[in-house]
Amino acid sequence: MAILLIAEHDNALLKSATLSTVTAATQIGGDIDLLVVGNGCAAAADAAAKVPGVRKVLLADNAVYDHEIAENVAALIKEIAADYSHILAPATTNGKNFMPRVAALLDVGQISEIMSVESADTFKRPIYAGNAIATVQSLDAVKVITVRGTSFDPAATEGGSASVESLSQVTDTGLSRLVSEELAQSDRPELTTAKIIVSGGRGMGDKAHFEMLETLADKLGAAVGATRAAVDAGFVANDYQIGQTGKVVAPELYIGVGLSGAIQHLAGMKDSKVIVAINKDEDAPIFQVADYGLVADLFEAVPELEKSL
Amino acid sequence: MKVLVTVKRVIDYNVKVRVKADNTDVDLKNVKMAVNPFCEIAVEQAVRLKEAGKASEVIVVSMGPQNAQEQLRTALAMGADRAILVKSEEALESLTVAKILAKIIEEEQPGLVIMGKQSIDTDNNQTGQMLAALTGMSQGTFISGLELSDTEAQVVREIDGGLQTLAVKLPAILTVDLRLNEPRYASLPNIMKAKKKPLDTKSPEDYGVEVKANTKLLKVEPPAERQAGIKVASVAELVDKLKNEAKVI
Repeated sequence: MAILLIAEHDNALLKSATLSTVTAATQIGGDIDLLVVGNGCAAAADAAAKVPGVRKVLLADNAVYDHEIAENVAALIKEIAADYSHILAPATTNGKNFMPRVAALLDVGQISEIMSVESADTFKRPIYAGNAIATVQSLDAVKVITVRGTSFDPAATEGGSASVESLSQVTDTGLSRLVSEELAQSDRPELTTAKIIVSGGRGMGDKAHFEMLETLADKLGAAVGATRAAVDAGFVANDYQIGQTGKVVAPELYIGVGLSGAIQHLAGMKDSKVIVAINKDEDAPIFQVADYGLVADLFEAVPELEKSL
Repeated sequence: MKVLVTVKRVIDYNVKVRVKADNTDVDLKNVKMAVNPFCEIAVEQAVRLKEAGKASEVIVVSMGPQNAQEQLRTALAMGADRAILVKSEEALESLTVAKILAKIIEEEQPGLVIMGKQSIDTDNNQTGQMLAALTGMSQGTFISGLELSDTEAQVVREIDGGLQTLAVKLPAILTVDLRLNEPRYASLPNIMKAKKKPLDTKSPEDYGVEVKANTKLLKVEPPAERQAGIKVASVAELVDKLKNEAKVI
C-alpha cells in the first residue's frame, strides 16, 4: 500500500491542513509520498521532505501549475497515480477543486472530508451539515479522499529526511487561466489554524461595530470569524465565514458574539474546545452548545471584556 | 447557446435532520423536500442569462425518484424551458450522475453547464468537477461572479483567504456558491405555466450508463451531543472562568 498526498502550500511552507492530512495518511498506513505542485514551489518541497514519515517528495514546479489550476493539476496526478492505493488531499477549496476531477479521470468515486480513519478503506464523514455522521466504505481499487484538517492533529514539521524527486511531466490542458487573485491581507492568524477565534453575527449591527471584535481579537492574538448573516450583510468579507458552506474551525477557544447559533453556523464550529457565547437573547440556540454563556448587551460586554484582559 | 442546469431533490434547508433508530440512514419519511439551495442559485443564473439574451434555451435535469419532478417543475416555474428527469429509485452516486450528465451533454451540446457546488444532504461537492473531467471541459467551481464572452467565461471563485478570478474556455462546467445571486420566487401564473412545459422521463439505461456503487454506507449516527455549560453573570466572572477553569487565555 502506498499513499500519494497532494500538499497544500504557499510555495515556501506547507499549510497546516497538509500536516493534518499526513496524520490521516499515517493512520491509513503504508508508504507516504508528498506531491508538491505549483510554480516556484521548490522551497515547499524542501519543507515537505522534513516531515517525519514521508518516504519521498515529488516536485512538479512549472508555470502551467501556477495557482494549481485544477485541469492541469488533475491531469498530472492521473499520470502518476498508478503506483498508489490511496490519493489524499486536504479538504480546502483547492483540494475540493481538483480532487473530484482526479477521481473521475481514474474512474473511481471520492470520499469527501473524512473526519476519522476506521480502516484502510472505511472512513467517517459528516453529512447533512454535520447533523449526521456516516461511516463509508470505499469499494474502489484506488481511494480518492479529501481530509478535514480540524479533525486530525498536524504532523511534525521537523525530523524527516525524505528525498525530493523532480517530475518531468508538464500537463497543460490550456482550458483555464488565472486572471487575478485578491487575498485578504491580515496580520491575524488564519481562521482554520487559530487557537482563539472571535466571531460575530448579525447582532453586531454594522461594519463599524464589527471592528470592536477585531480590537478584542488583536488583544487575544485571535482570528476573526463571522456567520453567513454577517457576511451577507456586508460587515466583513466572505472568507471570514464559518459554517456549513464556509470554513470549519475547531479552536481552543471560540467566542461567539451577537450570533444566534443557526445549525448551519454550528456545523462549522461545534468541535471547538471551549465555546463562549455573548448574546442579549437568552433563548438563542448558541447557549445550548456554549460552555460559558453571558446574557448581556454586546456593546457593553465586548469593550469591558477587552479592557479586562 | 443552450444552458444546461441541474437540480437535486433534498431535505428542506430548515428541517431538522433525524437519524433512523437502526442507524442505517437519515429518516426522510414525511419530511419536507425542496430544491437543493445551491441548485436554485444555478437555475436563477441560467434564467438570468436567458433574460439577458445570452442563452437561447435553459434545460434543467434532475436524477432521482418520480417525485423529483416537483423540483423540476419549480425550476420550470422559475423560468427554465424544459426538463429531463432521469428516474432512479436507488440513490445514484456522484460518479454515476456525472456519467449520465456527460451523455446528456453529448446529446444536447450546451455551451454552458451550471450546477450547485454541493448538495446539502451528502455534502460531497464532487459532481461538477467529475463531469468536467469526463467531458474534458474546463471547470469554474464555487463561483460568486460570472461574465460571459463568446469564447470564455470569466468567473470569480470563492477560495480560502479571498477571491480568485479565472478565465475558463467554453463550453465549461460551473458550480455556484451562495453569493452568486438571490433566487427568485416563482409567481403563481408561472407555476401554472410550468405545468405545461415539456418534461421527459428517462432512465440511466436510456443513456447506456451502468449504475455502480463506488461506496457502501455502513452506518449513520447522530453527531456527539455537546452539553450546554453554565451561564456567567458578568464579564469579570467570564474572564475568571476562562483563565482559571478552562485555562484557555
